[in-house]
Amino acid sequence: MTSLRRIWAILRKELVQLRRDRTTAALILMIPQIQLILFGYAINTNVRHIPVAVVDQSRTGLSRALIQMVEATQVVDVTLRLPTVQEARRAVRASRVRAVLILPPDLDARVARSPAANMGQPDSTEFASARPVGQWIVDASDTMVAGAIKGLRLMPLAELFRQPPNRQVPTCEVALFSNPEQRTEVNVVPGLVGIILTMTMIMFTSAAIVRERERGNMEMLINTPVRPIELMLGKIVPYMGIGLVQMAIILSLGHVLFNVPVAGSLWVLLAITLLFILASLSLGLVFSTFAKSQLQAMQLTVFVLLPSILLSGFMFPYDGMPKPAQWIANVLPATHLMTMIRGVVLRDAWIEDLAGGMIWMGGFAALGLLVATLRFRKRLD
Amino acid sequence: MTEPVVVARGITRRFGPKTAVDTVDLRIERGQIYGFLGPNGSGKTTLMRMLTGILRPSEGEALVLGVRLPGNAEPLKQQIGYMTQTFSHYRDMTVLENLRFCADIYGLTARERRARLDELLQIHDLTEQAHQMAGSLSGGQRQRLALAAAVLHRPRLLFLDEPTSAVDPESRRAFWEQLFDLVDDGASIIVSTHFMDEAERCHRIAILDHGRKRADGPPPRLMRDLDANVVEVEGGNLRLFKRDLDGRPGIMSTAQIGERLRVLVEKSIGDPAAHVRKAGKLALNVRCEVVRPNLEDVFVSATRRAVREGAA
Ligand SMILES: Nc1ncnc2c1ncn2[C@@H]1O[C@H](COP(=O)(O)OP(=O)(O)OP(=O)(O)O)[C@@H](O)[C@H]1O
Ligand SMILES: [Mg+2]
Repeated sequence: MTSLRRIWAILRKELVQLRRDRTTAALILMIPQIQLILFGYAINTNVRHIPVAVVDQSRTGLSRALIQMVEATQVVDVTLRLPTVQEARRAVRASRVRAVLILPPDLDARVARSPAANMGQPDSTEFASARPVGQWIVDASDTMVAGAIKGLRLMPLAELFRQPPNRQVPTCEVALFSNPEQRTEVNVVPGLVGIILTMTMIMFTSAAIVRERERGNMEMLINTPVRPIELMLGKIVPYMGIGLVQMAIILSLGHVLFNVPVAGSLWVLLAITLLFILASLSLGLVFSTFAKSQLQAMQLTVFVLLPSILLSGFMFPYDGMPKPAQWIANVLPATHLMTMIRGVVLRDAWIEDLAGGMIWMGGFAALGLLVATLRFRKRLD
Repeated sequence: MTEPVVVARGITRRFGPKTAVDTVDLRIERGQIYGFLGPNGSGKTTLMRMLTGILRPSEGEALVLGVRLPGNAEPLKQQIGYMTQTFSHYRDMTVLENLRFCADIYGLTARERRARLDELLQIHDLTEQAHQMAGSLSGGQRQRLALAAAVLHRPRLLFLDEPTSAVDPESRRAFWEQLFDLVDDGASIIVSTHFMDEAERCHRIAILDHGRKRADGPPPRLMRDLDANVVEVEGGNLRLFKRDLDGRPGIMSTAQIGERLRVLVEKSIGDPAAHVRKAGKLALNVRCEVVRPNLEDVFVSATRRAVREGAA
């Protein structure tokens, strides 16, 4: 009873202080909206409109048609036409374009002999003499850009001669499940819940204890009968509500702006998000018992935030990462949330499908709370 | 005879090579106001923190309200109140919110709380400021809030660390009236100060200097038992006299107080006034007579001994 009253007192105090801190209160509501709009539009793994230059040394009707065809794929935009290869290289180095397409002077002859043009069956000797039609010079520092241009390598040329393209017979049929239009936003919106919550939740609580110390309230607090666990719970509970509000903002905006509706049960969504919020908050509390200043607390937050963005599967597929990176990713609550929330929002996953991740996050939260409580000493030394 | 509220034996606290509190023995009786008198850095705050259990002593031990320290200090918390030297309540909350927070932490029920908060605002003259942010209170108002919060749960033992350092003499007087009311209600109070007039109001004081306890007892007895005679010189060129007297044998210290020069003369000197007159080469028209010692004299004599011991 007394315990509940104390937790309630701390909780009320946190909310009163938060309400007085207008900027923070506004940021709590603004950050998810702005980030969602930013990331929703900006993050796009379907690479399009890469600026490229063309060095057309043949200047024939065929070369012009070829360039038009390349542009028609929308993967690249021809923004520069340059006379020499040297100038083209310079343009790549100066980042004016990301790649250069070089069409050699004997283009027409090469096309005629190219198997890609599908002009009759080339025999084996001819195949050896067949040379590529053009050459791409790519600034491959961004692997996604390079990959997209590599995709153009196999462009069939038959259309150049108004002939039906060489119909390739697929070995397997691919059924696109849960994101048939291949829109990146569908993956980004639910993932963003994890990233924004990681950031705000850890940040709030990592500063929670330090702030009492920095503002000189700690000496008063440790002279009262308040128990460490009461203090910890009182500091966690108000932010659980805030975390849920942020989730609601992201998902409803995601629905309205990016047409990503929640396919699964809202209860399951609530359950996994709450667990994730708890895990993040308790991690923040642990940080708070280590940090000596709010600046240190902030650095610890970023220390977790970066891998949560890069390793959790938010940006890059988890399965594509090397094993050690996967181990690290598995420690982060964000990784588990990423899988689960995408499961619920996109594929209507049900509790049974998520049990493993939920247990893990619950355990993480309990452990964090325990460590923070044990580490918090009601003493100055 | 009731048992004392605080007994400390050889309590010591070191911070690295520095000894902030050095083997202090204390015995504080119930129902008293006990003062720690000492200059800056003499260890008053450190001593109080050890007695409330938030700082572990490096050596020695204490028994506070029957709770042994070092040890589990939690049973103490509900029974003590502590007013920290620097304001430690929430500046971004109102007076009432702060008090309410403390009331909930100390487990007052809703009904108790309402009555108690009204009463406290009344007693500590904070009714008008009830809805003002604590951070925007004046220094004196802030200290009244801190006192109100410290006594809210009616503690048996109250620690006040320099409670009136920002308070004008008028308010200080009112503040002390409240302390005596609290004692009348059965509380015991430990208060630290570097004001002589404040120390004089205590039932007993301990004079601290460089972490050591130099003297303790009721102020009147300390003044009576002073190990020196006090001579006051009035008229003539006091600065010149002071220069002549300083460092002469038998002269412990000199201090100018307005129109007068206060001279501490060692007890062994038979006729202190004559000794001063001679040593200071005072003219006949300069008044020079033995006066009653005050607490400052006690303080100077006690801390001076420390300097001599330190030099030896
Ligand atoms: N946490 C600490 N770390 C290192 N030294 C400390 C610490 N706390 C106190 N000290 C040192 O211990 C000595 C006593 O400090 P304390 O605060 O107890 O003095 P005080 O009598 O309360 O002084 P004041 O009248 O200025 O408040 C000082 O020299 C101080 O520098
Ligand atoms: Mg102090």
